[in-house]
Amino acid sequence: MSSTVLKAHNVAAGGLLKRRLRPTAAWALAPAAAVLAAFWLLPLAHLIVLGGQQRDGAGSGYWQVLSSPQYLGSLAQTCVLAAVVTLAALLVGGITGVFLARQRFFGRTTLVALLTFPLAFPGVVVGFLVILLAGRQGLFAMLGLKLAGERWVFAYSLAGLFLGYLYFSIPRVILTIMAACESLDRSLEEAAHSLGAGHWRVVCDVIIPGLAPALVSCGAICFATSMGAFGTAFTLGTQLNVTPVAIYNVFTNYANFTVAAALSVVLGALTWAVLLLARRMVKQSRTVL
Amino acid sequence: MKRSSLFIAQLLFTLLVCAFMLVPVLMSLVAGLTRNYFQGVSSGLTFDWIAQVWQAYSPTVWLSLQLAVACAVCVCVIGVPAAYALVRMNNRFSRAFEELMVLPVAMPGLASALALLLTYGQFGSFRSSWLFILVGHVLFTLPFLVRPVMAVMQRQHLPTLEEAAASLGAGPLRRFFSVVVPNCRAGILAGVLMVVTLSLGEFNLTWMLHTPMTKTLPVGLADSYASARLEVASAYTLIFLLMIVPLLVALQAISARLSRGEQR
Repeated sequence: MSSTVLKAHNVAAGGLLKRRLRPTAAWALAPAAAVLAAFWLLPLAHLIVLGGQQRDGAGSGYWQVLSSPQYLGSLAQTCVLAAVVTLAALLVGGITGVFLARQRFFGRTTLVALLTFPLAFPGVVVGFLVILLAGRQGLFAMLGLKLAGERWVFAYSLAGLFLGYLYFSIPRVILTIMAACESLDRSLEEAAHSLGAGHWRVVCDVIIPGLAPALVSCGAICFATSMGAFGTAFTLGTQLNVTPVAIYNVFTNYANFTVAAALSVVLGALTWAVLLLARRMVKQSRTVL
Repeated sequence: MKRSSLFIAQLLFTLLVCAFMLVPVLMSLVAGLTRNYFQGVSSGLTFDWIAQVWQAYSPTVWLSLQLAVACAVCVCVIGVPAAYALVRMNNRFSRAFEELMVLPVAMPGLASALALLLTYGQFGSFRSSWLFILVGHVLFTLPFLVRPVMAVMQRQHLPTLEEAAASLGAGPLRRFFSVVVPNCRAGILAGVLMVVTLSLGEFNLTWMLHTPMTKTLPVGLADSYASARLEVASAYTLIFLLMIVPLLVALQAISARLSRGEQR
């Protein structure tokens, strides 16, 4: 009741208030705008220009990237890996998130807290955790030695990278799905059940479409993070052929600024395109960054 | 209480996911306290590794703390007014600005760092000081403060409160500090905790921006993973976790309080 009155009041006063407060509001934005312009837009523009420069008659940086099977292969591998990680994280996190949002049982809050802690772990630490799991002296190596007589070591390959990316994607999906579940209309599910739909029908036809906006936007964020994740790949070994590592190698080992800049711009543009596409598909949703 | 078999299956799955998230962390904690990891815990527990790490790497811990605090202050100073402006304006321009602000987070950190390095790298004294890393951290963490503050501001009836203050003769600055800021304390606190946590763990940008004289904690961690023995690396990770977990607990408590406020 009181909130309706306040809303009506806001609407009535809105025009007058806005006119009086807007200049002040724009000034408040100035410091942030200055920092972003000086330290983000300007360097970015510089990077884009730098990528187009010629060097040693080898064509512009973009041309070198787009005509080299090595760089294209690394870009493709990074994209595929990020896509696979995103799908796996959505599946695992989706099941867990719906379960944790719907059921009430002893220890649930603790479980949620424990599952969301790793959200803030940096990539390097995640890489180390993967080494502890699947490295030369890891858990799986010990297990393999006991069961099959040989060490199972896959931390330093793409499988290890997949495990690491999955590790930091799952908490994000769980949090987003849990938030989205709160706003899901349960009566739709009950209606479907009462009309004779089985569990799977309800999941496929009611729950998944209801969660679709959250799934798409969260998936896009997971994809973007996996595309740019450098720390994990760096810890697991610099011979992995994913683009962030390739950029790092080109920059530090060959001091080839043009190609490094071009690769960064291409990687950033790809990531941004995916985020934009997801935004087009979903207009409004609450995503955990 | 009778539970269906579906519930049991889902619970088992969730516990499995939980194990995947927690077992490596526990292994790292144990490894950091074990005398010899390859012989197992039976070789005895010790704090020697932690002491050794502290001797070798304590400057990185202090630098990281200094960076995190400075970053939180900077982000507050530019972020709270920005959030206020964005909520107040709420037009096409402000939405475009919001997009722009989130971009440094969405873009690969390595690309942002490279751009900063290639543009400002030639200013020697700036390049070699810790302020260079601070710039990267501020860019990266800004949206994580602005977003929760904006969310709180949108829930409060700020226009009405401000109008009341204005009708009593308060100027814009007075209104901002005595009406707007106190009303979104919870959002600011949540944002600051998030900023500090992220700044402490930031690696993608920092690795490119650091110099041998400005090594932060995650940079030191990467260093120890590459060269030190497993126990030392684990002990170092243990120190990092000890710093970050209390922050995360506080963050969860605050966001729980914030979402309860939302339902009311």
